[in-house]
Formats: sequence, C-alpha cells, structure tokens
Amino acid sequence: MTPAPTPANGQHTVPSSALDAMRSVFLRDLRLAMRRRADTAAALFFFVIVASLFPLGVGPEPKLLRTMAPGVVWVAALLASMLSLGRLFSDDHQDGTLEQLLLSVCPLPLIVLAKMAAHWLCSGLALTLVAPVLALQFDLPAEAIGVLVVSLLLGTPLLSLIGGIGAALTVGVRGAGVLLSLLVLPLCVPVLIFGAGAVDATLAGLPVGAHYSLLGAMLVLALFAAPFAAAAALRIALE
Amino acid sequence: MNAILHPLALKSAPGPAVAPTPSAPESVSARLELIGLSCVRGTRRLFSNVDSVVQAGQLLRLQGANGAGKTSLLRTMCGLSAPDRGEVRWRGRSIGADRDAFHRDLIYLGHAAALKDDLSAIENMQAACMLGGQRPSPSQMMSALAVAGLRQREHLSARSLSQGQRRRVSLARLVLKPSPPLWVLDEPFNALDVAATDWLLSVVTAQLRAGGIVVLTSHQPVAIDASLSQVTLTL
Repeated sequence: MTPAPTPANGQHTVPSSALDAMRSVFLRDLRLAMRRRADTAAALFFFVIVASLFPLGVGPEPKLLRTMAPGVVWVAALLASMLSLGRLFSDDHQDGTLEQLLLSVCPLPLIVLAKMAAHWLCSGLALTLVAPVLALQFDLPAEAIGVLVVSLLLGTPLLSLIGGIGAALTVGVRGAGVLLSLLVLPLCVPVLIFGAGAVDATLAGLPVGAHYSLLGAMLVLALFAAPFAAAAALRIALE
Repeated sequence: MNAILHPLALKSAPGPAVAPTPSAPESVSARLELIGLSCVRGTRRLFSNVDSVVQAGQLLRLQGANGAGKTSLLRTMCGLSAPDRGEVRWRGRSIGADRDAFHRDLIYLGHAAALKDDLSAIENMQAACMLGGQRPSPSQMMSALAVAGLRQREHLSARSLSQGQRRRVSLARLVLKPSPPLWVLDEPFNALDVAATDWLLSVVTAQLRAGGIVVLTSHQPVAIDASLSQVTLTL
C-alpha cells in the first residue's frame, strides 16, 4: 500500500502526486500540440490573414489604418483563439481521457487550469508574438506596438480562461463550435474593449495604466473563478 | 488489524447527510458498499435499489442485457455520475466525501481505451499513471507493457496499434506495483485474444489474492480460481 498523503481534518493540502498529475496533463497537452503543429499554425495563419484583409479591404489610407489597427488586431486574435478552443475538452471527451481526468488524484479545477495554461501557450502566446508584425502593416508607432503586446499578454490568457468555460459547457454537444462562439464571444467583450482601448489610449497620448489595471483585475478574477466553473460544467457534461 | 468501523445496519437508516467516519481512511480495510442505488435515464428507470457489499479480495461481476445499465452502474460507483437515489461508500465513507483520496484507490477503465493517437504507447501509459497517482519509472512501464504483450511496440504511436493492442496499453497499468486496491473495469475482455484474456484473468486473480477488489462487466462467466469469492449482480 502506498502511504497516501491524506489531508488532516478540515485542512486542504494538495499532495505532491496531485501536482505531478497537474504537471503531466500540462506537458501532455503541450506534447500533443507539438505533434499536431498544423493546428497551431492554422490558427496563426488565420490570425494573420484576417488582420491582413482589412488594409486590403478599406484601402491604404495610413491615418484610417492606424485608427482601426488596435480593434482589428484584437478582434482577429479573439476569433483565432476560438478556433482551437473547441477542441480543448472535446478531444479528451471522444477518446475517453476526460473520464480519467475527472477521476484523477488532482482536484479537477487544477487539472482544468493546467489544460487552459497549455492552451494559452499554444494559442494566446503565439498570437501575441505574431501581433507586432501585423501592427507594422497598420503603421503603428513603436510605442503603440509595445502597448499592444502587453495588452495581448494580459488579455489572451483571459480568452483561454473564459473560453475554457464555454468549451466545458459544450462538451459532447452537436455543432459545438458555433455554440461555443455564441457563448464565449459576448463574454469576451470587456477584454476586447480594454485591450484595444489601451492601444487607442497610447495613440491619443493618454496614459494606459487604467486599462492594464482593469485587464489585470479581470485576469486575476478569471484565474480564480474560471477553473471552478469549467470543472463544474465538465462534471455536468459527463453525467 | 483492519477494523471495520461501520456497522452494516445502515441500509435501514438512509439519509443523504452522512457524517464521515472519524477515522483515518487507511486503517479501514478495502470495502465497497452500494446502498440502495437507483439510476434514471430520461424517463426510463435503469436499475433501482441495488444493494451490494464487496469485501477485500472479492470479485463483483455485473451482468445484464445490453442497455440494462451496467456501464451506468460502474460510472455511478466511480462517482462519474451521481445516483438518482442511494449512496456509494468506500472504506465506510461516502465517495463524495474525499474524492481525491478515493481516486487514489481507484483504477477505472471505461469503454474507450483513453489513448491519445498522437502519443506513443508508453507516453499514453505514463500520462494515465500520473493522473491516477501512480509514479512508475520508465523501466517499470517498459516491463509492464512487455508483460501486456506490447514488447517492441512501446514507442509506436497509439494510432498504429490494433484495437486489442490499444486495450492492452490501458490494461498494462494494472500490472504496476503498488496497485490501487479498487479496480472498476468496463468490459475488459472486449477485443482481447485468447492469450490476452488468460493474462488478464491472471492479473485479476493476483489483485484479488493481494486483497484488492475488482468490479467488472462481462458477458462470459469469469473463470477465476474457485478459492476466490465471486459475487454476481444481475441487472
């Protein structure tokens, strides 16, 4: 028998095997993303193409492009991160791994958090790294590009966290992709407003601290609440 | 040494709010109790008032026609789905009371093999073990896979394995020591050839002899050693 670490009465400690389980889920998801690089690349190309269509569509007017750049890049990032969200839990559901995740020695919200973190690394972080190149297309000044990157760094984890709730709610539902977007996109509106707003503020010569603070506050709140919400949704979905 | 602290007279006194036994779970022997379990799917009642007590070293075999609710009962036993009425107890405590501790004692292998096509057999096995709180070394996993009949195939991606071989990858976890005391296996003999069926029977027998509990569904009678006790529950 293993001397299983049991928490004392009323006191909840996370034993090391639980943290190991969490880390192994995180690494497994990263490894899967490495083996399926095409999926990650597809989302990135989607991001680049959507953002590049706008200058082609509205014409090469530098002032206009500069004005709409923050919004366009942010909306494109939002849409691109939706692409991979649908598979966050549905793949695991199909092959039966999701049941094993629910029966793991680690509390489910932590497992969910590990999956969301892996999703962010492969989607949000990658989008953030590509964004400066797109910003150049729109002739954004260097300072605004910096603000755009910081706002994406704060905002894209939120997209993974909020999106994770939607992905958990739509597990096993037919036509989950569309439903997921309908559920999640409205919830991401505040992220979009403050993310794009930060860049707009720099362009107008205003301070951006308030935007960062609000994005940061939303991120902290979502980091705490989203894993619990998604875990509850998963339990219901597997009933 | 293994004092059973819970009297069996609980059936007559049902109550959803059951106070957990004030004892360290490790000191209570392995013992699975199903108390008045009922399950309703939609408008159909799958089973009602299922009572059973499985002691350490016993095999519980569920049998019933297709759609009788065998899988639902197994999932209820693991806490994957909540029973409509009734309760499942492990070591005298409701399984919802300390999920993580219960999961540490449990291996559940469902219908699907729970393998990722893009990962190799050994990577899949490692991920499953870590989730279940087992921490085998690579050499332990290699030998477990070899015992399960997957020698030389440890690094093949799961996509290239046959149905039976996929099943063997998920079953290989059962060989690792130390093994959790409770195994819940949904149709474990499916897709297995004769040799693998014999192997699995010997693994199950070893688990029972070591004082573990095995719950499984199977359409054929399970030919285990007559000296081991086998409970059959028909739905």
